[in-house]
Amino acid sequence: MKHWGFTFEKLKIASFDFTCCEGCQLQLANRESTLIDFLELLDIRNFRELSSEQFDDYDIALIEGSISRQDEVERLQAIRRQAKTLIAFGTCACFGGVNSLKNKFPLNESVAEVYPGMQVETMAVRKISDLVKVDLSIPGCPVNKEEVERLMVNLATGSQVTLPKHPVCFECKAQLNTCLFELGEICLGPITRGGCNAVCTTGKTPCLGCRGPSEEINMPAFVELVKERELSLDDLQEKIAFYNAFEGFSNHEA
Amino acid sequence: MKRDYCLDIRHLTRVEGHANISITVKEGKLLDARWAVVETPRFFEVMVKGMSAERVPFLTSRICGICSISHALASIRALERAMKIEPPVVAETTRLLAMHGETLQSHALHLFFLVAPDFTGDGSVLPLITSHPDLVKAGLRIKELGNEISTVSAGRCTHPVSLVVGGLSKAPEKQQLLKLRTMILESKPALDTACSFFRTLKIPEFKRETEFISLCNGSRYPSIGGSIISTDGVKRDENEYLLMTNEYSRDFSTSKFTRLSRESSVAGALARFNNNYDLLHPKAKEAAASFAFQPVCHNPFMNNIAQLIECVHILEDARELIDSLLDMELQDIKTPYSPKAGSATGAVEAPRGILYHHMETSDEGKVIRADCVIPTTQNNANIGYDLSAIAEQALQEGKNDREIEKLCEMVVRSYDPCISCSVH
Repeated sequence: MKHWGFTFEKLKIASFDFTCCEGCQLQLANRESTLIDFLELLDIRNFRELSSEQFDDYDIALIEGSISRQDEVERLQAIRRQAKTLIAFGTCACFGGVNSLKNKFPLNESVAEVYPGMQVETMAVRKISDLVKVDLSIPGCPVNKEEVERLMVNLATGSQVTLPKHPVCFECKAQLNTCLFELGEICLGPITRGGCNAVCTTGKTPCLGCRGPSEEINMPAFVELVKERELSLDDLQEKIAFYNAFEGFSNHEA
Repeated sequence: MKRDYCLDIRHLTRVEGHANISITVKEGKLLDARWAVVETPRFFEVMVKGMSAERVPFLTSRICGICSISHALASIRALERAMKIEPPVVAETTRLLAMHGETLQSHALHLFFLVAPDFTGDGSVLPLITSHPDLVKAGLRIKELGNEISTVSAGRCTHPVSLVVGGLSKAPEKQQLLKLRTMILESKPALDTACSFFRTLKIPEFKRETEFISLCNGSRYPSIGGSIISTDGVKRDENEYLLMTNEYSRDFSTSKFTRLSRESSVAGALARFNNNYDLLHPKAKEAAASFAFQPVCHNPFMNNIAQLIECVHILEDARELIDSLLDMELQDIKTPYSPKAGSATGAVEAPRGILYHHMETSDEGKVIRADCVIPTTQNNANIGYDLSAIAEQALQEGKNDREIEKLCEMVVRSYDPCISCSVH
């Protein structure tokens, strides 16, 4: 078919959700003004939340959510066997996301608190790449539909599929926002990958790093910055831990 | 007529989250009908422990990808009440607008993407793009308007950014509000198209008496806070949510159940309509009359129509809220506060019904205990009883297996269950 001047085959795509809020999948139905054009790109083979027509002959699998139960492990492995391209879709899939906050607490105590007297199966939260090979990661809590559209067009046309390398600060400055550090707030914008159009900081809310580290971050220098400004290291820790997106970078010394 | 019938739907489609329906009939007698939620639990009530109060609404909004604004505002209301913070009027008005935006997009998603295909005999909304182009365009227009209202008032439609404890981190801009006002007026024909379409549908005839529970604040159609009322005559304060919910677990479901005066009860658009009909905008009442729709209605399929009527109400009320914001100085947006120990409940009318967050804070302003009771949890028991009743009715009417299956799916969908939300 022809679309936006390109000739290509529709993407045979499926969307699956695991431990999550389903907010990323729902972004696919947003940006309504371009939705019908966007759907032209896709041959939706399996998308339980929106369609009763389900087939197993997809090439691309979008995986939303993290993994926290054995049946999810098996379902994920079966999808990996079928999909030519497996995409970790959203922060939970890419990094574990907010669900990872559960891992700070003993599992049996969590179950006893929420389901007193009942057996409920759960395990420590893992990101998708802990279990299967991931071909592409699209971070965001939720994913940015505009970026998803761009990446899908690139996939369909065989163009290069890349995420921005710059930090959120670049996009925040471009919006002429006052830096939140100047207002006395710790913001993870300097160390977080851009591509979100700085939506949180433009709403005067500090970045919590849902898109994970940008290229070549300097965590020690960032921690120094927080100390120089005499801001709370506990607050920094709470923000860095929020999405579990800075694993391996978060061992800063207070 | 003594037939055997077994229905086993694993992971029902066109609903949010994972749940199963099973029905067993032996020699014409219904043995079992079950609604079983199998979603993986996330343990949000544990995750919030030790987190600073100001951060908690950003975490709890992630309970749900459809009603994230409701979750943020339920937490914010609980925390403000616990720490005795009065948000400024600008913030209160903007929050009401944000709730309208969320409900509008949620209802549009449900009505056009999830429900409409049942009535046109399709598996999804995709064939409707060519068979019912005007309807799909109208649905997209309403959904887009809902998202735009949320974006202007909360910074983003899914997982809001500017709704914070104490008020707002940023006020909507007047220019955006003016554009939104125009967009609302221009969206009315789309809603008329939607109403005309739904008037042509044959809503299944089914009725099972039950108890409808919603918020009530006397002067406005319910949204944020108020007392809790039921069609069985119960009325309680927001902080007495435990007495209204009586939550319990069953081993076949990771989502819990609630009960009040009967074995089951209902929350959601139909419950709000049944309890607060008088507070609907006259235009919404007019629309209800065109469906011969009156309170108290005990047909669960009419929840779809109640959602549509609420869309009419929202378009009118959102414009009035915008007008009042345009008359205000949008300067005083956040009340400064110091952390305090306390505990309180925040109840809001999420798109699918009353959402309760109960929060307890420490002197340092950390959350030390949290409890969330989700609308779908409040509907689980009723869905189960409705499945039994509708399966029995369909068997008596001699419906075939496929017809029974479809009716069962449709009755569950009419509740618009938000399953991953209910298994937070």
